[in-house]
Amino acid sequence: MSVIFFLIILGVVVAGGFLAGFIWAVKSGQYDDTESPAMRMLFDDAKPIKKKMKKS
Amino acid sequence: MGVKCIHCGEDCGKHPVMWDDKPFCCHGCKTVYQILNEKKLDKYYDIQPMAGIRVEQQEYGDKYAYLDLDEIKEKLLSFSDGGISKIDLFIPTIHCASCIWLLENLYTLNPAVVHSNVNFPRKTVSITFKDQESSLRQLVELLASIHYVPEITLDQLDEKDKKSSDRNLLLKIGVAGFSLLNVMLYNFPEYLPGGDQLEDSFISYFGWLSFVLSLPVVFYSANDYYLSAIKGLKHKIINIDVPITLGVFMLFGQSTFDIFSGNGIGYFDSLVGLVFLLLIGKWYQGKTYQALSFERDYKSYFPVAVTKINEGKEEHIALANLKKDDHILIRNQELIPVDSKILNGSTNIDYSFVTGESIPVPKQKGDMVFAGGRQVGGILELEVIKEVEQSYLTQLWNQDASKRENESTLKNLITKVSEYFTVIILLVAASAGLFWLFVDPSLALFAFTSVLIIACPCALALTIPFTFGSTMRVFGRHGFYIKNTEVIENLNKANTVVFDKTGTLTLNQTMKVEWMGQHLSDHHLAVIKSLASNSSHPLSTTIANSITVKGETSIKDFIEIPAMGITGIADGERINLGSKKFVSGKEDENPESTNVYVFIGDEIKGYFQIENQYRNGLETVIGDFKTKYKMYLLSGDNESEKKNLLPLFGEDTLLQFNQSPTDKMYFIRKLKNEDSNVLMIGDGLNDAGALIESNIGLTIADDIYSFSPACDGIIESSKFNKLYKFIRFTNISMKVVYISFTISFLYNLVGIYFAVQGTLSPLIAAILMPISSVSVVAFATFAISIMARKQLS
Repeated sequence: MSVIFFLIILGVVVAGGFLAGFIWAVKSGQYDDTESPAMRMLFDDAKPIKKKMKKS
Repeated sequence: MGVKCIHCGEDCGKHPVMWDDKPFCCHGCKTVYQILNEKKLDKYYDIQPMAGIRVEQQEYGDKYAYLDLDEIKEKLLSFSDGGISKIDLFIPTIHCASCIWLLENLYTLNPAVVHSNVNFPRKTVSITFKDQESSLRQLVELLASIHYVPEITLDQLDEKDKKSSDRNLLLKIGVAGFSLLNVMLYNFPEYLPGGDQLEDSFISYFGWLSFVLSLPVVFYSANDYYLSAIKGLKHKIINIDVPITLGVFMLFGQSTFDIFSGNGIGYFDSLVGLVFLLLIGKWYQGKTYQALSFERDYKSYFPVAVTKINEGKEEHIALANLKKDDHILIRNQELIPVDSKILNGSTNIDYSFVTGESIPVPKQKGDMVFAGGRQVGGILELEVIKEVEQSYLTQLWNQDASKRENESTLKNLITKVSEYFTVIILLVAASAGLFWLFVDPSLALFAFTSVLIIACPCALALTIPFTFGSTMRVFGRHGFYIKNTEVIENLNKANTVVFDKTGTLTLNQTMKVEWMGQHLSDHHLAVIKSLASNSSHPLSTTIANSITVKGETSIKDFIEIPAMGITGIADGERINLGSKKFVSGKEDENPESTNVYVFIGDEIKGYFQIENQYRNGLETVIGDFKTKYKMYLLSGDNESEKKNLLPLFGEDTLLQFNQSPTDKMYFIRKLKNEDSNVLMIGDGLNDAGALIESNIGLTIADDIYSFSPACDGIIESSKFNKLYKFIRFTNISMKVVYISFTISFLYNLVGIYFAVQGTLSPLIAAILMPISSVSVVAFATFAISIMARKQLS
């Protein structure tokens, strides 16, 4: 049963990692605007002309 | 119906502008299309067809020249170093995916742009650019040329970043959520059957972990509640945060005591869950309309810079640097930023937004003009006679700006409830403690803390955020935007309604034109139309637009005499159009209405009576209001409309005309001194003083993103007919609040039943607290959305 002591600590550390990720996401402004990215992802790549030039 | 413009989707009329075989409504739209086509940005029209915005003809000339001034640039740029500058621009017309796409592809149009990023809910674009390759002015002119005209105003120059408070709340929720999930896991084994047989080492291990994880929640996530409680107590107000703070500390103290004394695992799960739920409520309530501004004052209405004439040369200076005796130049459609005297030129000044007069006022050389008027006509040279801050109207808008803040500390419902609540809970806790002190002293302290723990008003505190938060969202979906949730309670308290007339009850742009006099032949109507379309005076345009007869006549010898009228010769006949004095030489004995007289050939044919056009549904709205509220009407205009308004409002309503902005404000103050709760409904700066003075001020706006004076709520003008329904809906919201309060009190009674007996276990607390909160939240949100479907649609 003493493995539980270890597992619990591990659990807190993993969860802490996610918390750190969340804090980073908030601080870097990813939650400031939750609407525009939803539309932005639907745009095609904006550089089709350059790609053609490379091929030829 | 004609074809629709490829760029903006407006009807092109009979003669569309054609280019590349595509129809456009105007040259402006065509030009934008050409620019985009040339740069291979025509995908703009694929993402969202006809995504463009029509902009009425616009000459920049030197309009943006002030952006070359260093002091203005410095204030606008959020960052500038080593050749790279960054700026955030507010563009109210951002409305679709195409807008985002085009604005983020700005680098194709101007290679100096390094990066541009649109924030859709705020309607801003932040642009990073190389300032050596392109000036800020060129950038703004580029945006204007593709019809994304940025709004640059004085108060933006001083604006502070509001983002950090939103981020802080999210961080606090994140930390609380993290602790909650872990602590619940540790406490769970305790609650299962056989949980008491857990090894002691486990219990103390879990207990210590819970203790450690709850520390950031108690000392970081919940600290706003302590601050607010202390602030309230300083003002001798027991707000809802006082019992919350008490509860949190009792929970923390009792649990810590349990851990240290080895008595058990404590109530850490309830503690962390409580804080988490409270923060969620705060977040739900705090969602506001980011692109709307409720705090605007004259600064966001006035231009940033003016053209000054310095020894014969024109130069641009920031408005703040304008001094007395300076000479300035005001062009057509520009605002007069400061009280001044006309040195040269004559013009009409449209004060409708400022004073409520709907017809422009003619002004000549030597006349005084007040800040805030819009100049319609030629170029005007002015001498400044007062500084901007001291102008007559600016002073009016400035005063009492801070008044509102004091008022908001007035006791609202939740504060009143929490006062009684806190006192009663403390009494119950003390008597339970005293009782056990005599019966079984070992339980006394525990009973005391238990009562405070279980009575912690989580459900009570969540009622308002969720009920009002939902109401606010429902209102927003129906075109009524309010500043914050407090407005709902205040709306419900109102018992007196004061309306403004111009722009509020009447439409801003359209007027009703009625012909009084002899019958006019089609030929004469066409002649009048042709003559009137030669003039840019609003009355002429109104008359020209009202005549539907086709055909144009060429007008010879056209002359416009300011303040009098227009004259010309068509088919050998002289036509005069204008005031009675101008047309007949006699004074107008009946100046109560606005009349334009017509003289053709050798006689006066009659006159056009021009009246305001009222909003749709006005009759029903006024009729509904009459049944429940005391009503007043304040108008900056003359009495000409009185005969139309009287039947609507009825004899017992006081209709006041010729009210200056200051008169309106004092009128509201007088009403308030008579213990009325005043709801003011207005639209322009002329109502600004009254809107601030009233208990709640609502603004009606055709375009909610354009300028509106400081107020508590903005209603889309197309939703005017629902105004009464909105205000009555707040009554339903209040009822939902009362029922939710009752539910949460019932839960509290159950909890206290256990607590006073000294039998409150962590398990009961862990079940009771979340259940009460969740059921109250669920009831409040569902009740509001169901009632909204019934009442508002």
